Amino acid sequence: MSKECRVLKLGQCDYQEAYALQKQLLCRRVEKSIPDTLMMLQHPPVFTIGRRGSRKNILVSTEILYREGILVYDTDRGGDITYHGPGQIVSYPILDLNQHGKDVHRIISLYEEVILRLLARYGIDGQRVSRYPGVWVSGEKICALGIGVSNWVTYHGFALNVNTNLNHFGYITPCGLIGMGVTSMEKVLGRKLDETRVAGDLARLFGEVFDLVMKNGDRKQETESV
Amino acid sequence: MEVKMPFLGEGVESCTVSFWLVSEGDYVEEGDDLVEMQTSKAAFNVPSPSAGTVTEILVFEGDEIKVGDVICIIKK
Repeated sequence: MSKECRVLKLGQCDYQEAYALQKQLLCRRVEKSIPDTLMMLQHPPVFTIGRRGSRKNILVSTEILYREGILVYDTDRGGDITYHGPGQIVSYPILDLNQHGKDVHRIISLYEEVILRLLARYGIDGQRVSRYPGVWVSGEKICALGIGVSNWVTYHGFALNVNTNLNHFGYITPCGLIGMGVTSMEKVLGRKLDETRVAGDLARLFGEVFDLVMKNGDRKQETESV
Repeated sequence: MEVKMPFLGEGVESCTVSFWLVSEGDYVEEGDDLVEMQTSKAAFNVPSPSAGTVTEILVFEGDEIKVGDVICIIKK
């Protein structure tokens, strides 16, 4: 029988707040007091820098970042710099790898599989690029991916550009990869998408790929009950 | 006991030490994060296999290490 995965749809959520919640859920997942959990949310504009990253990949001055209201955080995931902002669906799966194979790179490949299936559903042909995590469309990145693992439980995850303002990516060298562009589902299809619908499809396909029964959870219940 | 770099999965032969989350002399519980490693794609915290005191740290920030390498010594 398939195991259960709670889906926490958090709407717009500040990066640090979402990070604290991930750590809280991670501890609870390690203790086995909650099932696998998928956090889904959007961040206000923010640049986050992973363990392989550097502030050198921010191409504009602090004044411009301040004026545009873009915050910058260093964070403990794999990868370099990326941008999060409205119109982008961010997924943070808190999964116990003891139940999904203790293989760190296989999990990344399965996240990519979820995104590839989602894009296919909307008629978009996504691709993997070897050595670089994430999903690309015609050489432009549509989904950034970076994970952390603690006690064999995952945190961080992937960020799919649905209706993202891509101009903000112009302020950085995304993922530290010079000369590679970024795209969004909106840019590829030439129309805005219903983000709630895309998020619903994403959660469903996540369950399909990981063989999990997805159930909507509530944030209060996950963080306060034992 | 010797703490070895665990197997992280197919195709992950080596990783780089990001930084230690404990110091020599620290007491740790089983499962506590000892050190953060980075692979080409992910950040991974090595959990302590047992409770005890970290007596010796054998690999350092920036070192590239292989699965099975001894990274530190923990005495119960």
